[in-house]
Amino acid sequence: MTAHAVPVRERPLASALIEIETVAARRLRRLRRAPGRLVGIIMNPIIVLVAFGYLLGDSVVAPGNGEYTEYIFAGGLMQVGLAGITPTAVAVALDLRSGLVDRLRSLPISRATVLVGNSLGDLVMGLLGIAVVTLAGLLLGWRPHTDPLSVLAGFGVAAVFVYAMVWVGIMLGLLWRNLETIESVGGLIAVVFSFLSTGFISPDRMPALVRPIAEWNPVSAVVTAVRDLWGNPQNVSGFAATHSALVVVLSLAAVLAVTGTISIRRYRSSNR
Amino acid sequence: MTHAIRAEGLARHYGGVTALAGIDLEVAAGTVLGLLGPNGAGKTTAVRILTTLLKPSGGRAEVAGYDVAREPARVRSRIGLAGQYAAVDELLTGRENLVMFGRLLHLSRAVARDRADELVRRFELTQAADRPAGTYSGGMRRRLDLASCLIGSPEVLFLDEPTVGLDPASRIVLWSTVRALVDDGMTVLLTTQYLDEADWLADEVAVIESGRTIAAGTPEELKRKVGEDRLEVQLVASAGPGETAAATASAVRVLTPIAQAPPTVDQVTGRISVQLNDGAQGVGAAAVALREAGVDVADFVLRRPTLDDVFLNLVGHSADNG
Ligand SMILES: Nc1ncnc2c1ncn2[C@@H]1O[C@H](COP(=O)(O)OP(=O)(O)O)[C@@H](O)[C@H]1O
Ligand SMILES: [Mg+2]
Repeated sequence: MTAHAVPVRERPLASALIEIETVAARRLRRLRRAPGRLVGIIMNPIIVLVAFGYLLGDSVVAPGNGEYTEYIFAGGLMQVGLAGITPTAVAVALDLRSGLVDRLRSLPISRATVLVGNSLGDLVMGLLGIAVVTLAGLLLGWRPHTDPLSVLAGFGVAAVFVYAMVWVGIMLGLLWRNLETIESVGGLIAVVFSFLSTGFISPDRMPALVRPIAEWNPVSAVVTAVRDLWGNPQNVSGFAATHSALVVVLSLAAVLAVTGTISIRRYRSSNR
Repeated sequence: MTHAIRAEGLARHYGGVTALAGIDLEVAAGTVLGLLGPNGAGKTTAVRILTTLLKPSGGRAEVAGYDVAREPARVRSRIGLAGQYAAVDELLTGRENLVMFGRLLHLSRAVARDRADELVRRFELTQAADRPAGTYSGGMRRRLDLASCLIGSPEVLFLDEPTVGLDPASRIVLWSTVRALVDDGMTVLLTTQYLDEADWLADEVAVIESGRTIAAGTPEELKRKVGEDRLEVQLVASAGPGETAAATASAVRVLTPIAQAPPTVDQVTGRISVQLNDGAQGVGAAAVALREAGVDVADFVLRRPTLDDVFLNLVGHSADNG
């Protein structure tokens, strides 16, 4: 056999980039071969937008006297990230089970690059989801009312939210491994965080008990900030909503830091 | 002699469970060690420690000259691991799997592709190379798994139960592939539950049970401890119990002169078991003797010692109730 010595990692950054690119490319190639995963993260938000906006639209008065569709679009878009948690977690758990993670961990490569590569692959999938759901939103009547830069910034916030949710999925997949647990709890997280938020219902129409929860739910801060950037009508009240940008930055940074640290730790010491 | 693997008092506990109770291993470079043991013996745990996936609770180990706990990165760049489950991506083609691992070892695209071509040919996967690995048979999947361990040309290869679930023909193909790698100078540690596999492949065998080494040596030494092949004879059931006993007695009588020890008879089934003087060559003599004695033989088989025999012999109980 011809001997191919493995190059020493003289250039750590270049090596890391190759590793990340390879892992992300694998993820996307899998997506092309089995696009079923996309269905969930695209259909979930679209169904919610249609169900709430189209069917209930006339009976619900939107806050700030706007179109109800304009109000819920931001909430629907967040579903791309929330609905993506379960498939990401399942994919990670399957890699652990199949022995692929063991193989990767036995290679002379960085621990972090495999997870970062996976997260970027799934981010690309999330961005695809955002694009399709935005098209659907436009068809249903959603419009932004601000300058292009602000509109783009709104999508930027949505993308960062999706990325944070990808890491939540990676962490849950590494922590739980059991597919039934992942599927049921992942589904619960998606429902609780999206519906106990101001994504679809204005806080002034919520029961007093639920209201503080919804107001402090980070998803609410994200939709509030995004609606602001797009000029979609809403009533803003409470500290979290009036300081939504701050809450968004702090909560997403915290989610990324915590899930990233736990995931890498867990991956490093993973035991089957 | 240089050692590719050396372990001293390797131990691992999971909470209250002792997976490894302290094993010593020495594998000379360019040889094959078979780690033989039943389910739950600690084989996978040992492999995971030696491949840096798991930290030992006690003891130390060196692989390719480096301490697995202190210099895991150096160990990793010198080993290949084929775990208990074939780590192939079923949605990728065989070739894509190989290129992926080549890229992860920082080979350029072109070199990774060349290397994949070379391995595809070597492992006789050319026909299937561009099909998703999910469509492969068990044997092909194992070969692909093995090929992807070899991309970095490791010095030491770890194979955890490499032939589990394979049909006999695929097992033999895999065995000869591994043997060819060793002929090229690679060191291999493989785990198995089958004595015949260890016999075929291993230069040295360590039998482990409940995390301890209970026997070690060459396959020949081990088999000598366990006993050679045994001939088992089942007579055709006769009309009455008296006639059956008489037939059995005459079979035992004619077999005794050509046996190492008097044949044993199972009280329930009446099966006669005997270790012949000349091993497999004695089989012909046994057949002739039985025919001349005029007994009707229903079943006549040469049975090789199994792992169960090793266990019966070495620890006094069989593998699955251990
Ligand atoms: N992650 C784990 N947690 C708890 N016990 C474990 C774990 N992994 C293995 N064990 C236990 O350690 C023992 C040895 O397991 P293993 O090394 O997998 O054996 P083998 O590979 O020989 O079948 C078994 O009793 C098994 O149940
Ligand atoms: Mg095992």
